[in-house]
Amino acid sequence: MSGLPWAALAATSSAMHRFANPTVALRLADRLMPWSASLCAGLFVVGLYYALVASPIDYQQRDTVRIMYVHVPAAWMALGVYAMMATASAVGLVWKHPLADLSAKAAAPIGAGFTLICLVTGALWGQPTWGTWWVWDARLTSVLILFFLYLGYMALWQAYDDPGRAARAAAILALVGVVNLPVIKFSVDWWNTLHQPASVFTLQGPKIDPSMLKPLMLMAGAYLAFFVTVLIYRLKAEILARRASVLRRARAEP
Amino acid sequence: MRAFLAILRRDMAVALAQGAATLLSVAFFVVTITLFPLGVGPDPATLARISSGVLWVAALLSVLLSLDRLFQADHEDGSLEQIGLGPLPLELVVLAKVLAHWLSTGLPLILAAPVLALLLNMPVSGLPVLLLAMALGTPILSLIGAIGAALTLGVRRGGVLLSLIVLPLYIPVLIFGVAAVDASISGLGARPHLLILAAMLAPSLVLAPLAAGASIRLALE
Repeated sequence: MSGLPWAALAATSSAMHRFANPTVALRLADRLMPWSASLCAGLFVVGLYYALVASPIDYQQRDTVRIMYVHVPAAWMALGVYAMMATASAVGLVWKHPLADLSAKAAAPIGAGFTLICLVTGALWGQPTWGTWWVWDARLTSVLILFFLYLGYMALWQAYDDPGRAARAAAILALVGVVNLPVIKFSVDWWNTLHQPASVFTLQGPKIDPSMLKPLMLMAGAYLAFFVTVLIYRLKAEILARRASVLRRARAEP
Repeated sequence: MRAFLAILRRDMAVALAQGAATLLSVAFFVVTITLFPLGVGPDPATLARISSGVLWVAALLSVLLSLDRLFQADHEDGSLEQIGLGPLPLELVVLAKVLAHWLSTGLPLILAAPVLALLLNMPVSGLPVLLLAMALGTPILSLIGAIGAALTLGVRRGGVLLSLIVLPLYIPVLIFGVAAVDASISGLGARPHLLILAAMLAPSLVLAPLAAGASIRLALE
């Protein structure tokens, strides 16, 4: 039994507990918001310039390859946001902390948005390159399932009147849906499909030219900053809405 | 173990007593399948090609429609709460109820499937694999369905929500169930697809009762 990891875990968790106080979280959110918003705007300006103007065209796909800079980061975010949502749900289930539940709730529509962008741009990219808007291959199907999981998660939140019960039911569903994440990631390796296998995060390093990798990474950074900005915004709104409903209830029951 | 068997026996007795309800899901299975020759046209070659998919989709929907029987009635009359107070952990209660649900829904579907497959002109060589794939696949449907049924206990308009939650999770079973039958008909081995179905059944036997048990505990609060 080594004590060190547990001590580190305890230290992080006590630090996290300080931020779990909604008032502290709101103050932190107000302080972070301008930074993440301007980072997002700056990365989008630079990233879009490189993606649309300053990067070379593909020798086969010509300008169509530029869809990649919108499509691939959206796919990464669709998976990443779900992983974050599931982690927050697990934290909410274990430590019963409303802020973790609320961040999972706030993240879900953003993740669903990224998934939709990924599906739509994928269809627009597939039409000129594969000759079809949609094929039922493993990668496309599993991402579509991910989209439905996001929708089911959001619908489950809406279905309960009591936010505490809604949070726990939705958290269980989010954790059940985690089985889909490895399927999406490895679908291109397990099945021999039309969608190409991973070409950026491979053991041999990125298999894509640096002139195209740079705009891709810039756009990925921009998407991430966008997610953080909108998440902070939505989380603030959720906390304030929760407070408002508590106040309203207090006034209704004298 | 005695408590487990008691719940299994009780649920089977309830299912048999409401014989009509059990037969209804088989009747739904049959009616849905007869719609396809009417909609697609009676061409035997076309029907043979889509038969495996039609059978699986109809089975999926029949199981989905029977899921509200799993916990809803017991929740409404309070017996679920009584069972929850008993010695058996809720996870095992779920497993017993899922087993009873499969015996009263999944098994009749499997028995009806070969006849309907012949009606759809499926080659006889595909029938053994169809039975095997359904024997592996329908328990997964009941297990995953139990999670959805438990999550939507006592929720307004739970039925629509249940299908939104459960159907996406059913898609893998559908894909490999159909792939197994098609592979055996076209002379390729169905073994890999059946193994994947078995590999989905094993973890869902363990994980689905955990998730459904937690959701029921939530509904009982």
